[in-house]
Amino acid sequence: MSPLLSFFSSIDPKARPGIPVKVQLSEIDESMRTPSILFLSAAVCWLVIGSFFALVASIKLHSPDFLANVEWLTFGRARSAHLNAMAFGWANNAIFAVSLWIMARLCKTAVRHGGLLIIAGIFWNIGVTIGVIGILTGGLTSVEWLEMPPQVAPILAFSYILIGVWGVIAFRFRQLGHVYVSQWYILAALFWFPWLYIIAQTMIFIEPARGTVQAITNWWFAHNVLGLWFTPVGLGAIYYFLPKVLGRPIYSYYLSVLGFWSLALFYNWAGVHHLIGGPIPVWLISAGIVASVMMVIPVIVTAINHHFTAVGNARATWASPTLRFIVFGAMSYTLASLFGSGMALRDVNVVTHFTQFTVGHAHHGVYAFFTMVMYGSIYFMMPRMLNREWPSAALIKTHFWCCAIGIGIMLVGLHVGGWIQGMMMNELTPDGNPKYTFLEVVHALVPWLFSRSVSGVLLTIGHIAFFVHFFWMLAGPKISRYREGPTLLLDSIRGEGKAG
Amino acid sequence: MKNLPLLFLGIFFCLAFSWTGLILSSEIQYGGLKPIALEEGETPQPQAIVGEAQQGRLIYIDQGCLYCHSQQVRRKGYGADWERGWGDRQTVPRDYILQPRVLLGTSRTGPDLMTIGQRQPSTEWHYLHLYNPDITSKGSIMPPFRYLFETREIGDAPSPDALIFPDDYAYERPPAGYEIVPTERARQLVAYLLSLKVDYELPESRFAE
Ligand code: HEC
Repeated sequence: MSPLLSFFSSIDPKARPGIPVKVQLSEIDESMRTPSILFLSAAVCWLVIGSFFALVASIKLHSPDFLANVEWLTFGRARSAHLNAMAFGWANNAIFAVSLWIMARLCKTAVRHGGLLIIAGIFWNIGVTIGVIGILTGGLTSVEWLEMPPQVAPILAFSYILIGVWGVIAFRFRQLGHVYVSQWYILAALFWFPWLYIIAQTMIFIEPARGTVQAITNWWFAHNVLGLWFTPVGLGAIYYFLPKVLGRPIYSYYLSVLGFWSLALFYNWAGVHHLIGGPIPVWLISAGIVASVMMVIPVIVTAINHHFTAVGNARATWASPTLRFIVFGAMSYTLASLFGSGMALRDVNVVTHFTQFTVGHAHHGVYAFFTMVMYGSIYFMMPRMLNREWPSAALIKTHFWCCAIGIGIMLVGLHVGGWIQGMMMNELTPDGNPKYTFLEVVHALVPWLFSRSVSGVLLTIGHIAFFVHFFWMLAGPKISRYREGPTLLLDSIRGEGKAG
Repeated sequence: MKNLPLLFLGIFFCLAFSWTGLILSSEIQYGGLKPIALEEGETPQPQAIVGEAQQGRLIYIDQGCLYCHSQQVRRKGYGADWERGWGDRQTVPRDYILQPRVLLGTSRTGPDLMTIGQRQPSTEWHYLHLYNPDITSKGSIMPPFRYLFETREIGDAPSPDALIFPDDYAYERPPAGYEIVPTERARQLVAYLLSLKVDYELPESRFAE
């Protein structure tokens, strides 16, 4: 047999009838352990690093003299370091761990040659590190969501392909049978991301498109990172964990099909709503607005599907760390998406565009939805992979409450502050002059920016709690407290062993 | 869902569809735009910026000014861009064709800068503002860019571009015998800001009344 062929046959784990599902699953978890833990450790470290930059940027925005003479931490660089550490460091590493693990479990395939995955993961993180340092030291590109110096793109693209391909391999060698909705979402996302990334890199940096076609490419990419990468993985995880932890099937298969395809069709046209009123052809903007409004369909459909799966299980949901975070995320998804559709309408957009409202909205999606779902997923995965329970319910509660209240304050602050900012910016006196000077608008905004720093402190405390807990668990003894059952957040349920 | 080729095709098609519809079609529709003269004999517009200003754009990019400043003027009647004096006309795709990196921006924490060269032509103003925005704009939340300036001993005569601080900001003054002057980067950045103008008309966008 040729080496290539023997490699491929060695990946194929072969269907093994007669072995109980539980045993198979735990073998799969075992095979995913080292790569997943590597990704998750990196993710959690990036989460804390990203929080540091977020705090610096947030404080600078209302108190510009804070660290003012440190060039590498000037506002534009600090906020970009924050975004990239979070998007490419935290979110992507979390996605790699969660999506590959779910994929392997649903396909019932153990990962062979996990070593390659580990090497690719190390390179990915080296790439992100170089990129973030590049941003801080003068390589900032000022292309939103692509701020890292373009020189790191090949490292990222290459290591991504080595990582993403494992999901595809697992899928290729899956045990036959039904393909579950989470698998479509994850499979699609694994294909979409590299495609988006490579096209955007090419058309913006390598062979730049002319004029504002660049901006269109930029927003096609940036919005789709949310829509076709974070969102499908987040939804895939909700679709997996919600029924899994509750022990009941998903409400409707047909709704999940409809939700998937309408998302795939509409989301990727929506990005141009970031250019409403801008120097691009009007029909493009209209297309973006229509697509953004059509997003109501997948969002409502998915919300109904999740709601009717979870309904009547409030207690279990609240007791399970996984579900508490995931249900928070699922509800945020619905709300954030409906807001997003509304913001694309011209009359609303004329107020919210260019203001902090947009920043608030971005955190609504990426944090309140996506990040919360990733937390929930990690709370489920770690005990399965390590065969031990989370050491402390108190730390989980701290994590949850700091994040939930923190993001709540931020969303209120930025949405309300941004709306006021937009209204003041546009308001005219009867004789047609601006009612407020620019500096008056700035002054009105400052208290709201301050509230964002408060929320940032809370979120950072939550992240540190999670960081400590995560590494405490990793370092802990092999099997701890298995007799007591999973770590739950309500004492009276402990022992029922239902949630996890 | 078991029909896998269909799944793959759908995944591929959805993204290809939007890429074709949004990006390829705009490239075809206006990727070939050229500068154009309103009347025969006039210089075609827009013109590329050159020299110091061109260097200054790189500073603007690596300092991240874009994250607070847009460079686009919306049509009169949509928002208050016109009323705020940010431009006499709407900017259109042709205005941007000679920019190697388009800096439209999506945030207006600070004012739009598409026409800042017309609105604020004073070099001194820009130096003081960059050094400490609070001096020219009380309560501004724009970051100070003091590190784009240097403090040095006064030579035979004070430099013409040394910063002169008002009394309220006496604490910014250097010790006696020293002066604060813009570095090359600050000079380039200000040259770039002064080059930002929309003082020409295009057939597809005339000055608004
Ligand atoms: C944190 C956001 C922020 C960043 C970053 C920022 N600015 Fe500003 N900028 C403002 C605000 C707010 C104002 C309005 C108040 C003022 O004049 O300072 C302003 C005003 C200006 C003005 C005056 C505009 C007018 O119409 O009077 C210029 C010029 C300017 N900024 C240039 C820059 C340059 C160049 C950079 C990058 C080196 C930059 N800004 C970075 C927030 C920012």
